[in-house]
Amino acid sequence: MSLRTRLLNAFRGDRLNREIDEEFQSHIDEAIENGASPAEARKAFGSLLRQREASRDVRLSAHLDSLRADAVFGWRQMMRHKITSAAAILSLALAIGSCTAAFRLIDAILLRPLPVSQPDRIFALNRYAIAPDGQAGSYDSFAYPDFQQMRAAVKGSAELLAVSYTEPADITFKSDAEMEKAKLQYVSGWMFGTFGLRPAAGRLFTERDDEKPGGHPYAVISWDYWSRRFGRDPKVIGQKFRMGNTLYEVCGVGPEPFTGTDRGTVTDVFVPTMMHPGATKDDWTWFRILARLQPGVAIEPVRARLDAASRAFEERRAQGFSGMSRTELARILDQTLMVEPENAAASGLQHEYRPALQVLGILVALVLLIACANVADLMTAQAASRAREMALRVSIGAGRARLLQLVLVESAMVALLAAVIGTLFAWWAAPFVVSRINPPDNPARLLLQFDWRVMAFGLALTLLVALLFGLIPALRASAVKPASALKGGDDPHSRRRLMHSLVALQVAFCFVVLFVAGLFVTTLDRLSRRPIGFSTERLLTLDTAVQRPQPAVLWDQVADHLRALPGVQSVAISNWALLGGGGWNGYVSINGAPPSAVLAFFLGISPNWLDTMKIELVAGRDFRPEDTFPGAAIVNETFVKQFLPGQSPLGKTFAKGDERSVIVGVVRDSPYAVLRYPISPVAYVPMHNLAKDGSLRPIGGGTFIVRTRSENPITLAGMLRRGIPAARPEFRVSTIRTQAEIVEAQTVRERLLAMLGLFFALVALLLASVGLYGVLDYSVLQRRREIGIRMAIGARAAGIVRLVTTQVFVMIIAGAIGGLGLGLFSARYIKTLLYDVAPTDSVLLAAPLAVILTAAAVAAIPAVLRAVRVDPAKMLRSE
Amino acid sequence: MPKPDSLQGSLDLLVLKILSRRPGLHGYAIMAAVKDVSGDVLRMEEGSLYPALHRMEEAGWITAKWVVKETGRRARLYELTQTGHKQLEAEEQRWQTVTSAINLVLRTV
Repeated sequence: MSLRTRLLNAFRGDRLNREIDEEFQSHIDEAIENGASPAEARKAFGSLLRQREASRDVRLSAHLDSLRADAVFGWRQMMRHKITSAAAILSLALAIGSCTAAFRLIDAILLRPLPVSQPDRIFALNRYAIAPDGQAGSYDSFAYPDFQQMRAAVKGSAELLAVSYTEPADITFKSDAEMEKAKLQYVSGWMFGTFGLRPAAGRLFTERDDEKPGGHPYAVISWDYWSRRFGRDPKVIGQKFRMGNTLYEVCGVGPEPFTGTDRGTVTDVFVPTMMHPGATKDDWTWFRILARLQPGVAIEPVRARLDAASRAFEERRAQGFSGMSRTELARILDQTLMVEPENAAASGLQHEYRPALQVLGILVALVLLIACANVADLMTAQAASRAREMALRVSIGAGRARLLQLVLVESAMVALLAAVIGTLFAWWAAPFVVSRINPPDNPARLLLQFDWRVMAFGLALTLLVALLFGLIPALRASAVKPASALKGGDDPHSRRRLMHSLVALQVAFCFVVLFVAGLFVTTLDRLSRRPIGFSTERLLTLDTAVQRPQPAVLWDQVADHLRALPGVQSVAISNWALLGGGGWNGYVSINGAPPSAVLAFFLGISPNWLDTMKIELVAGRDFRPEDTFPGAAIVNETFVKQFLPGQSPLGKTFAKGDERSVIVGVVRDSPYAVLRYPISPVAYVPMHNLAKDGSLRPIGGGTFIVRTRSENPITLAGMLRRGIPAARPEFRVSTIRTQAEIVEAQTVRERLLAMLGLFFALVALLLASVGLYGVLDYSVLQRRREIGIRMAIGARAAGIVRLVTTQVFVMIIAGAIGGLGLGLFSARYIKTLLYDVAPTDSVLLAAPLAVILTAAAVAAIPAVLRAVRVDPAKMLRSE
Repeated sequence: MPKPDSLQGSLDLLVLKILSRRPGLHGYAIMAAVKDVSGDVLRMEEGSLYPALHRMEEAGWITAKWVVKETGRRARLYELTQTGHKQLEAEEQRWQTVTSAINLVLRTV
C-alpha cells in the first residue's frame, strides 16, 4: 500500500475497520473449525479492539485520521452553536479581508519587484540635502545634462536610465474632438534593452531613438493600453496620435507584465526622453534615475563616481548664480547622492502613499487583533461549557497533545471559513478603495494582482490568526484537571479573568484605531476648510500648448476670442493653474541686499487674472497691459511679512538674480503648489517677459483661466477646446480641468486616510462591542446562581447591575488608558500625515473614549437585563 | 506498534519463507504452518502476526486478496510480491550471517 492509499484510508476508516474485523473473525472461525473451543479461540486472540487499533495504525496515516475525526467533531460543534460560530467567522472574515485588501494595496505600491530581468540589480538615485528651513530632505529628480554626465562617469560598471514620473496627458488619435487621456512616461531609449524586455508587437526603443532633442516622435504603448484601448489590434503599429503639437507614431507594444517603472501605476504610452521639452535644460529637473549595476560591481565606487559627477555639474551651474553668499552656495551644493535598492527608494506614488499605507497597515492589524481577541473570547466561553467533555476525554486516556490538536483544529476551521469569506471581501474591497483614490476622470490605474503572493499572505495570515485566538483556549483545555472538572468545581474566575483582560486589550486597540481615525478625519476637515484665497466656483483651466513659442500678443488675442464666446464671464492667462503642481521659485534680494535664505515662488499672470480668480487686492493695483517682468510685481501678504516686515511694501524693489521688479500691489495669501504646505512668499509677475534687448519674449505655454456663467463649467469644455485653435491654429488645448477638481486632487491622500480610518474605526467598534456583549452575557450566565441567592436575600436591581458590570467597566477604563498611551505614542509617527491637528487636542482624545463608553453601555444592556430578570425562586429550585 | 515477543527479528523471515513455499494462505494457516513445521517449538501470537502482515503489506512485500471459501465465509489470502522475494533473500542472508556468527562464538569461547 502506498502513502496514497494510506491517506485515502484515513477517509474511509469505517470500511477499513470492517475489513480488519472480518479478517479477525475469519481467523477465529478457522481456529474453532480446527477444534478449539470458541472461548479458547477468543482468549487466544486477545483484545480484538487493541489488535484492530494496532493494524489500523499500520494501514492508515494515524495522524491524518485523528485530524479527520477532529474536523468532523469540530464541524458538529460549530453547527451546534450556529450564532456564536457565525459571529466568530464573520468578524474574523471582516478582519482577514481588510488585512488582505490592505496587503494587496501595499504590495502593489510598495513591495512588488519590477517585472524585469534581475530586478534585484536595479537601484534608484536619490539626493539628500538640508533644505533652507533646516529640515533634511531628499530629492530624486534630476536635470538631463546632469544625467548625461553621470551616465558617462559610470559607463562600463552601471547603466543609468532616465524615467519621468508617470503623468496624465491628452492625446488624439483622430480629430481633436476625440481627445482622450493616457498615462504618459518619458523613458530612456535604452531602457527596454537594459531591462531585457521584448516587444509583444512591433519594436521597442533603442539607444538610437533617444539622441536628438525633439527628433524622435515615436511611442511604445503598454500591453494593458493595447488591450484596453485597441483590443490587441496588431494594426495599431504605425498609427499616429497627436500630443500637444507633436504627431507621434506608435512603433511597438511592450511585454505584458511591464506596466512602467512607477510601481502600481499602469503606464499607457512611453515616449523617448528626448521628446521632453526639458531635455536640454540644466535647471529643469523632471525625471528620476534608475541604475542597473553590472554583475560583480560594488555599489560604493559607483556611488562615489556618480556623486562626484553630479557635484561637478551643480558647481558649474552655480557659477551662474550671482550675488549669492559663499555660505548660501555651499549650503545649496552640500548634497549627498545615494544609490538605493529600487523598491526601497521613495518615489512618486510610493513617496506620497508609503507613510499612509504603513499607518493603514497598522490600523488593519489592530482590527485583526481585536477580531482575534473576540474569537478567543467566544471560544473561551464555549470551552467553559465543554470543560466536562474535556475532562472526560482526559480520563479515558486522551493526551495533552491530542486535546491541543482537537481545539486547534476547531480554530483552524473557523479561521479557514473566515479566510474564504475574507478573501472574497478583499477581492472586492481593494479595487473599490483604488477607485476612491482616483478622481473620476483621471485614468490612473493601479495594477492589483490577485496571485500567489496574495494567496500566500492570506494563508499565512489565516494560520497565524488560528494560532493567535486558538492557542490560549487550547492550552487551557489541555490543562484541564479531570477530578475537579468532573465534580463541576473548576475555578470559574480564572476563565473570567482571562476574558476580562482580553476586553481591556480590545478596548485599548479600539481606542487607538478610533483616535487615529479621528486625527485623519479632522485633518481632512481642516484641510478642505482651509481658506484658499480664491474662488473655484465655475472656474475652468485650459492648459494650452504651442508648437514653438508664440508672441505674447497672440496669446492675448486668443484670450480676447474666448471672452467673446457665449457663457464665458471672464478670461485670464497664467503660467499654470494655482495648485496644479507647476512651480517656479528663486531666491530674492531686497534693496540690493544678499539673497534671502527663504525661497520665494513666482507665477506669471495676465491683467485681470486676480479678478478672474477672485483674489482680493489688499493694496496697490492690478497689472496693466504695459506692465512687464522684470518691472512690476504683485506680492502676497506672506511675502511682505517675510521680506519687508513692518514696512510699506508698495514701491519697494526686489531682485531675482539681476531682474528687478517694483511691488505695485499686495494680495491675500493663496496656497501655491501644495495645499497642505504652509503658505510661501509668492510674487505674481506679468506674463509679458522682457528679453535682454528690451523686446517681448514669445510664450511657449500657459493656462487660460475661464470663469464661466455655468454652474457646471465642464459642459463648456468642448466649445472652449474648439475655440482656441479656431482663434489661432498654432494653439492647442492639452488638458481641461475645473479648478475645483484641481483643489480636490490635493486632498486625495487625506480623503483616502479619513475614509479608510473611519471604516476601520467602525469595524473595530463593532467587533469590540460584540466581544463585550459576549463576555458580559457569559459572566451573567455563569453567575446566575450567585445572582439568584443575592436577590433572594434582598439585593436590589441596582446592586445586581453593579455586581455584573463593575469589573468589566474597570477593564474598559484600564484599556482606554492603555489605548491613550499607545495613541499618543503612535501620533508622533503620523505627524507628517496630519494637517493643523494637534494629537494632544483634548476633544480628539475625549471623543474616542465617549464613543467606546457609549458602545459599551449599549453592548451591556442585554446582559444587564438578563441579570435583573433572574427569578430567584426558579433559579434556586433548578439547582 | 508491534510488540516485542520471542520471535522478534525472525517473524518477518518465517512469514515470508512460508508464503514463498505455499502462496495463498490466510493468517490462521500461516500461524498453524509455523507451529507444524517447527514441531510445536515456535509459536506465533495473533497479536504480533496481524500487525506484521499488515506492515509487510504496507511495505509492498506481500499482497492480499479476499476469497470466498467453500464454507461461504470470506478469507484474506496473502502471497509474496516480487519485492517480497528479494526481501526474503536478504532476510535469509542476514539470518545465516547472524546464526553462523553466534555459532562461531559459542564454539570458540
